[in-house]
Amino acid sequence: MAFVPFEGFFREIGRFSQIFWRTLAWTPRRPWDLRELFRQMVRVGVDSLPVVLLTALFTGMVMALQTFTVLSRFGAERYVGSLVSLSMVRELSAVLSGLVIAGRVGSAMGAELGTMRVTEQIDALQVMATDPVHYLVVPRVWALTAMMPLLVLIADGLGIYGGYLVAVVLMGANPVSHMENTFQFMDLNDLSSGLIKAAVFGMLIALIGCQQGLSTRGGAEGVGRSTTRSVVVASVAILISDFFLTKLLF
Amino acid sequence: MKSFGAKVVLDGVDLDIPRGDSTVIIGGSGSGKSVLLKHMVGLIAPDAGRVMVDGTELSTLDNRELTRFRSRFGMAFQEGALFDSMTVAQNIEFPLVRLDIGSAAERRERVQECLQMVRLEGAEAKLPSQLSGGMRRRVGFARAIAHRPDVLLFDEPTTGLDPVTKDVIDELIVELKERLGATIVTITHDMESVFRIGDWIGMLYEGKIISWGSPSDFRGTTDPRVGAFLGRKTVAPHASVPSAARTDTA
Ligand SMILES: Nc1ncnc2c1ncn2[C@@H]1O[C@H](COP(=O)(O)OP(=O)(O)OP(=O)(O)O)[C@@H](O)[C@H]1O
Ligand SMILES: [Mg+2]
Repeated sequence: MAFVPFEGFFREIGRFSQIFWRTLAWTPRRPWDLRELFRQMVRVGVDSLPVVLLTALFTGMVMALQTFTVLSRFGAERYVGSLVSLSMVRELSAVLSGLVIAGRVGSAMGAELGTMRVTEQIDALQVMATDPVHYLVVPRVWALTAMMPLLVLIADGLGIYGGYLVAVVLMGANPVSHMENTFQFMDLNDLSSGLIKAAVFGMLIALIGCQQGLSTRGGAEGVGRSTTRSVVVASVAILISDFFLTKLLF
Repeated sequence: MKSFGAKVVLDGVDLDIPRGDSTVIIGGSGSGKSVLLKHMVGLIAPDAGRVMVDGTELSTLDNRELTRFRSRFGMAFQEGALFDSMTVAQNIEFPLVRLDIGSAAERRERVQECLQMVRLEGAEAKLPSQLSGGMRRRVGFARAIAHRPDVLLFDEPTTGLDPVTKDVIDELIVELKERLGATIVTITHDMESVFRIGDWIGMLYEGKIISWGSPSDFRGTTDPRVGAFLGRKTVAPHASVPSAARTDTA
């Protein structure tokens, strides 16, 4: 019985791999619903852009404040730019965007599919020769997988801009040398690894949100539970997978 | 046999639905009629026992075969189960689109035809949230018959409708059987409808089909449990407790 605390954990992993494989299996099958894919992409963008922008901007600003204070203790303030940019690009943009998108988009998917489940709309789909994974999950998963790197790229830019604002405007650093320093130590690998992380997180969030939604039971209360679980499980999945991705990618 | 957790809903149902006829299932609220109907299209799998359609056992079909098999079915759900992100017309068109039936113009025409049949002309652009419960149920009915399936399952299609509309739906059911030779299973609480549309009547009681026969068999029945359902008062006091009184006690 030592495994009891982990029972839920393993159950989630089991459910996750099931929906993962089903999604992969259904992806190449016709009919391809490109319009629905596009619609979901727009929805993801519209829903999450404001929170992602806000998060990135303030994270960049806080990073600059913190690193400025610490680095100035040993006279290394000129490295604020690269510290902010590297942290944002390699790590913070993807993880923080992932967490807020799990709260914004993952929860919405859990609630939407959960409502469809308890109002028998999922049953209705199945009766009308339509697999819910094919029709609902596939477009959502690929939409978020494609949109996350895009959103994170924008977050990278805004985070760096936030750092610039604090360092130059607030702390009076030299704008030219700050910008120089920002990109001095960065290479393409830093950027691409952050974007790969973003894509993986996007896929995790959508798969978990859809899985929680589809397995909803028991009326409005059940929908509420699925919505919360979509966010919690996806957030934990992001944090855990982040460690392994970092280990793998750098 | 089917149970949810500790609650046994169906236990020893033995039922043969005659092809090309109209069968009516009656039974108290919560007696498992909807659960029974969902077994017939494989939406719910029995814990024990088999569901055979045309000599094929449903549990032996894989996902894709089940999908193809279901295209012969049309099902109207108790609460409508309309897709709430789509208009009435899109809902009715859905099975036609998914099964790739007809051109766009032909589909539009068929949608109009189906709307007329259920007396809902002019509602095509409305969203399900703008409809009353009875209207939603009728849209669900129209959606079930849109692709002219040869097996139709109706879950309380006339509950909550006014007498005139109720007659319209009952006549439709008879017409679907006579003109298209469809096999129809209807669940209803309405005794007038039962005798109007049923070639065969089965009564579900405590998880079993306790009575099965033609309408005249039913009128002449001496079983007090059936008698109570038909609204007879002169039955033994204990056996006569209508099953409706047991709703959701578990
Ligand atoms: N998915 C489910 N999970 C748990 N219990 C369920 C589920 N579906 C149905 N039940 C239970 O099965 C029993 C039968 O339900 P069902 O919906 O078949 O009743 P019904 O005969 O259609 O009643 P009504 O006439 O009110 O529609 C009920 O007690 C219900 O609580
Ligand atoms: Mg029912």
